[in-house]
Amino acid sequence: MNTQLLIQLLVNGLVVGTLYGVVAMSFVLIYKATQVVNFAQGELLLVGAWVCWWLLTKYQVPFYLGMPITLVFMFLFGIAIQIVILRPMIGEPIISVIMVTIALSTVFSALMKWMFGVNLQPFPRIFQTQNVNILGLQVQTVYLMSLAVSVAMMVGMAWFFRLSKYGLAMRATAFNQQVAQSLGISVKSVFAMAWAISATVSAVAGVVVAVVNGVSAGLSAYGVKVFPAAILGGLDSVGGAVLGGIIIGLLENVAHFLDSEYLHWGNLYEIAPFYALIIILMIKPYGLFGTKDIERV
Amino acid sequence: MAGQTLIPAGDFRTSYAADTTVFPTTTSRNAMIAGIALICLAPHVVNEYVLSLLIQIGIFGIAALGLNIVVGFTGQISIGHAAFFGFGAFTSAYLSNRFGIPVFFCIPLAGAVTAAVGLVFGLPAARLKGLYLAIATLAAQYILLDFFARAEWFTGGSVPASAEPFSIFGYMLRGDKQYFYVVLAYVVVCYLLVTNLIRSRDGRALVAVRDHYLSAEIMGINLTKYRTLSFGLAAFFAGVGGALYAHYNQVVSNEGFGIDRSIIFLAMIIIGGLGSIMGTLMGTAFMVLLPESMEWLSVALRDSPIDQFLGLKNNIAFLREMAIGLIIIIFLVFEPDGLAHRWRQIKAYWKLYPFSH
Repeated sequence: MNTQLLIQLLVNGLVVGTLYGVVAMSFVLIYKATQVVNFAQGELLLVGAWVCWWLLTKYQVPFYLGMPITLVFMFLFGIAIQIVILRPMIGEPIISVIMVTIALSTVFSALMKWMFGVNLQPFPRIFQTQNVNILGLQVQTVYLMSLAVSVAMMVGMAWFFRLSKYGLAMRATAFNQQVAQSLGISVKSVFAMAWAISATVSAVAGVVVAVVNGVSAGLSAYGVKVFPAAILGGLDSVGGAVLGGIIIGLLENVAHFLDSEYLHWGNLYEIAPFYALIIILMIKPYGLFGTKDIERV
Repeated sequence: MAGQTLIPAGDFRTSYAADTTVFPTTTSRNAMIAGIALICLAPHVVNEYVLSLLIQIGIFGIAALGLNIVVGFTGQISIGHAAFFGFGAFTSAYLSNRFGIPVFFCIPLAGAVTAAVGLVFGLPAARLKGLYLAIATLAAQYILLDFFARAEWFTGGSVPASAEPFSIFGYMLRGDKQYFYVVLAYVVVCYLLVTNLIRSRDGRALVAVRDHYLSAEIMGINLTKYRTLSFGLAAFFAGVGGALYAHYNQVVSNEGFGIDRSIIFLAMIIIGGLGSIMGTLMGTAFMVLLPESMEWLSVALRDSPIDQFLGLKNNIAFLREMAIGLIIIIFLVFEPDGLAHRWRQIKAYWKLYPFSH
């Protein structure tokens, strides 16, 4: 047994998993607040990463300035999507809403390929030192940054929902839209804000991935990995999404380890989360922390 | 009632038979027969390119019809239809290569095998609904695609599998012109089958599941059975379409059965109209012609300032992709009932012309 590789992969899984968790968290945020399953989550990641890359390379904006500009842009972008495209869909059947977000993802991914090409573009270097030595293990600085940013975002999100007034309004809307409206909460602005926050958080995750791996159209794959993570945690549980993301990240890498060491099936890394997804749906469809919605006739 | 030539301005139907008839008037039946006869002439009139488009419309139209059963009539969501389409293509090629079964029988057999696979993947539909089901079918899409890449005995792995050309009673059909009639025959049979299915007891049960599943269950409709059945039926038509596709191209490669194809199938039925049989064909025609029209657009704009600015020629693939996404959004926002609804409105307008109100 190759312990070195296993540890390396577990660290890898933890880092990737927290990123999945962050993306799943922003996915669940939209679902909880607006009852929309966002199939374009991966593209929000992609747009954020490309915008930041564009500012940094084409206009030579320093990172500490480029990042806030990207986030402000994504905030407005999220609001714009909600107002222009999702708002007319309120009250439409579920299939229409799902199709709109699928179509959005098609449009954005094609647009990004058109504007920036299909090749992997390296992100400008941000850190001077490549590796840090922790307990005798060489860890890349970008990994540490990724972990730190992810945890910071999760803590920020928790604070927002638990303690801020707006977060409370959002939770109230998620609980019951009509009651929330009757208590003076503007449901419209809550919807827009949910998209804005989700887009911003996704963009942060996108930039983090871009710093680690470079930017390419493949980034939107994170949007697909969101589904196993969110389903595992329960579709309407923010904490569950984070945990689900970490588990899926670890599962992927464990599958990769088993595959390369013992099974040699190849490609198990990519497909394992989907098998997990089917199994979860069959035995525990509402996930670890999701609200059970049981109907009997 | 069937003896009438025009629909009367009002509802005068007195029997169930009159209410569920396929052709409300003799004119509509004759028009359909004349239309099919006219299309039979197409291979002798149109050029190769138009003919290939017509064949594609037929093949995808059959697969989209299956998707419309599950999405439009039963109200379940399936985002993995292209995988079943691909499965049908590989199955038909495999059956004819491995066992030497004549292609004539391979196509319905491929449909049956794909239907069995569809039933397996439809099992989650017995427990799940809405979003959860959508995500389960998405997983099915990825798992089947992975299976295609993995199962070399079945698909040939990275080497495309070859499919025999269509033959009937030892007579080999060669070229698009002859294959066109095969596709046309299948289109007519499949569309008639589904039209009659929807008129039957089972078809009404499917629609009842869509309209209100709790009421349907109370009325004695077995939800589990009909939800799973709808997936099996959808997969059957996807398999038949895929098999026709395989023998049309005569090679089946791993590409072209991905999630983007599934999205195109969904776009076809949304643009055509959910729960409309003729709408499915209209939507398919629309979605086959849309990417082509992007091609024509780029040719028309060649060397113009717009072309130089946007680089249309080099980015035609992205332009097509974007057009597909945009058209879905536009239809969902402005015309959620699809082309079939628009067609009914046009008919209603002309029925009462010039006194439209």
